[in-house]
Amino acid sequence: MMDELDRQLINWLQGGLPIAEAPFAAAAAALGLAEDEVVQRLRRLAELRVLSRVGPMYDAVRLGGGLTLAAMAVPEARFDEVAELVNAYPEVAHNYRREHRWNMWFVLATERPERVGELLAEIAARTGLAVLDLPKEAEYFLALRLPA
Amino acid sequence: MSGTPLFLDATDRALIKATQAGLPLETRPFTAIAEALGLPLQEILDRLERMRVAGAIRRIAAVPNHYALGYRANGMSVWDVEDEAIDRLGRKVGALPAVSHCYRRPRRPPDWPYNLFAMVHGRERAEVEAEVTKIRTLLGAAARAGEVLYSSRILKKTGLRLVD
Repeated sequence: MMDELDRQLINWLQGGLPIAEAPFAAAAAALGLAEDEVVQRLRRLAELRVLSRVGPMYDAVRLGGGLTLAAMAVPEARFDEVAELVNAYPEVAHNYRREHRWNMWFVLATERPERVGELLAEIAARTGLAVLDLPKEAEYFLALRLPA
Repeated sequence: MSGTPLFLDATDRALIKATQAGLPLETRPFTAIAEALGLPLQEILDRLERMRVAGAIRRIAAVPNHYALGYRANGMSVWDVEDEAIDRLGRKVGALPAVSHCYRRPRRPPDWPYNLFAMVHGRERAEVEAEVTKIRTLLGAAARAGEVLYSSRILKKTGLRLVD
């Protein structure tokens, strides 16, 4: 499914590409590929869903929006119903089931910061369940990539 | 993490909308976007660079699907770390190669006692557990308690849609 060059390409491009007319040129040169070959490989990796996308990673807060991590403790019998209700909001970017009493964890990204609180209150009211609002207060990561 | 939000005009918003789901996979992707938006290439590059400098774009990069890369175990480790020590220790935890994200978040007593979140990816659970042991050792007595919440199902993953 992936060969050694695919892995090297993913690792290279996880580190970032330049904002330039030919953003893949440096990766191509480093890996001894033509730019066309880099693009062909990226298309294939995207089709295989090994890559979610290649593009800008936007910061919702710096763009003036709202962002939080929310958690709910959903009774097992209601899990699917509540997941459907939560997922229907376009502002919910990711939602994961986790093995814990707090078993539903979702990320909410909104255009206006005050919309986060409004949506969490709405979800709490519609489900009758408590929603934890856990916005990030500081960020400590250096590791930008996982080796492919 | 605060700072003045960037002022975005209608062209910036159109540019974000055109790129938030990914660049076109072509050798000249920004040229393709410039043509689609009816703008000169240099204006697209300048606007992206301005957002990058302001921190609104962290970087332009390949975003892999962890699961497809073989990282099938995903554990969110959460810790109750003393307030005076959390920034110093958080940076050390965030620097571990297996930690993809590391954040300080508010405690919500009595429901939620943890203030440090470190996401750990591994090919299997044993690998995640070994990394969590490293984190526990690093935090030492400054962490009063900790747990790992493994993900068992992705319920939704569309990525951020910042502009409608």
